[in-house]
Amino acid sequence: MAPLTERMQDYLPLLITGLWRTVAVSLLALILATALGLVWAMLRTSRNVWLERPARFIVEFLRGIPILVVLFYIYFVMPEIGIDLSAFQAGVIGLALTYSCYIGETFRGGIEAVDRGQVEAAKSIGMRHGKMMRRIILPQAVRIALPPYGNNMVMLLKDSSQVSVISVAELTMQGKMLASSTFDNMTVFTMVAALYLCLTIPLNIVMRQVELKMGKSR
Amino acid sequence: MIRFENVHKSYGRHEVLKGIDAEVEKGQVVCLIGASGSGKSTLLRCVNGLEDYQAGGIFIDDRKVDAHAASIHDIRTRVAMVFQRFNLFPHMTALENVMEGPAQVLREDRKEVRARAEEHLRSVGLADKMDFYPSALSGGQQQRVAIARALAMRPEAILLDEPTSALDPEMVGEVLNVLRDLADAHMTMLIVTHEIQFAREVADRVFFLDSGRIAEQGTAEEVLARPKSERTQEFLRRVSHLL
Repeated sequence: MAPLTERMQDYLPLLITGLWRTVAVSLLALILATALGLVWAMLRTSRNVWLERPARFIVEFLRGIPILVVLFYIYFVMPEIGIDLSAFQAGVIGLALTYSCYIGETFRGGIEAVDRGQVEAAKSIGMRHGKMMRRIILPQAVRIALPPYGNNMVMLLKDSSQVSVISVAELTMQGKMLASSTFDNMTVFTMVAALYLCLTIPLNIVMRQVELKMGKSR
Repeated sequence: MIRFENVHKSYGRHEVLKGIDAEVEKGQVVCLIGASGSGKSTLLRCVNGLEDYQAGGIFIDDRKVDAHAASIHDIRTRVAMVFQRFNLFPHMTALENVMEGPAQVLREDRKEVRARAEEHLRSVGLADKMDFYPSALSGGQQQRVAIARALAMRPEAILLDEPTSALDPEMVGEVLNVLRDLADAHMTMLIVTHEIQFAREVADRVFFLDSGRIAEQGTAEEVLARPKSERTQEFLRRVSHLL
């Protein structure tokens, strides 16, 4: 076998392509999941039961299904009803749907943790619901929800490896293919793990900094 | 300007307001006193629709207050409120707290709003605290910011729900002084308070509430110095240690 450094140099380009694919899947899924999660949170904290109940049902429903099954469903079942998605699209949507529920619950927790007196104070100066949410409640809820949201981010990034099962050529998938063609399992999967850490560790550090900064201004 | 006509309110089967009839005239300071649970805070909160009521009517300049109608937003811009626990917006500075209503709700010119907000903060003695966040202010200072926030709406009346009850004793005075100034300027105020001495001093009228009814109302002198109702006499005896 070639020396270790040489082998690593051989593997690296393929793994880096996978890494970028992982970043792309995660980032797109995060953006979608955050937007959708915000929608779930707004609906679930609404006083209107016709908004609250369906939202609660959808969230409970999605949360009860394993992410792999969600991915299979979107990738294999949707084409049967005429919705053809690429593996990449299906992966992003599956991750986003699943994580929108976790993120939505995180946001809801944040909104509900804001003191009732804030709602009354906002109302007492004549604010309507929408503006009160935007100007008073959400800015405070975000601070409360930020640490768990950061956890969700890291978990989503790691769970993006699941989309390898529907053949998205992200980092885990690339690793698996490299390993099965070279039988150099130890080197390949150690590199894969290290590359994931290259993403998750800086992410954790950034989140901690943001938390510290936000904590100061209150 | 604020008229109560046979106001009834209940929480489920528990009736908290059992027919309130009263009137607050423009420029008057009215103090609501009574034991806890007598319904005085509830009555106050009905005036700007933070609570609804089931029967009767509350009228502000002949406009009926309905907590569930769209008109409530407009009514709230004209009747400001000060809370027991201040309820300042923690993510905004004192100045931003005071500016929020006029700038965001009334959509007035930002520059003018700012100048006026600074003026209001000066008038409550907080010229040097404008850029402080609430968490960096004492209770008394926070409550004065809250009063400035109410004033910034240029309200026709201010509702104050036990404005000094959450304060350390040494800070009660600074808040009461601000309220004295407002009373002298003939701001219409409806104040729920336990400060009998203060009520005697500033109130034009006093309502004594007892289990959901106004048991006695009249001038401060009439109700507090020469109460006719037995319930009022008993209540005043019990709180007399505060004097």
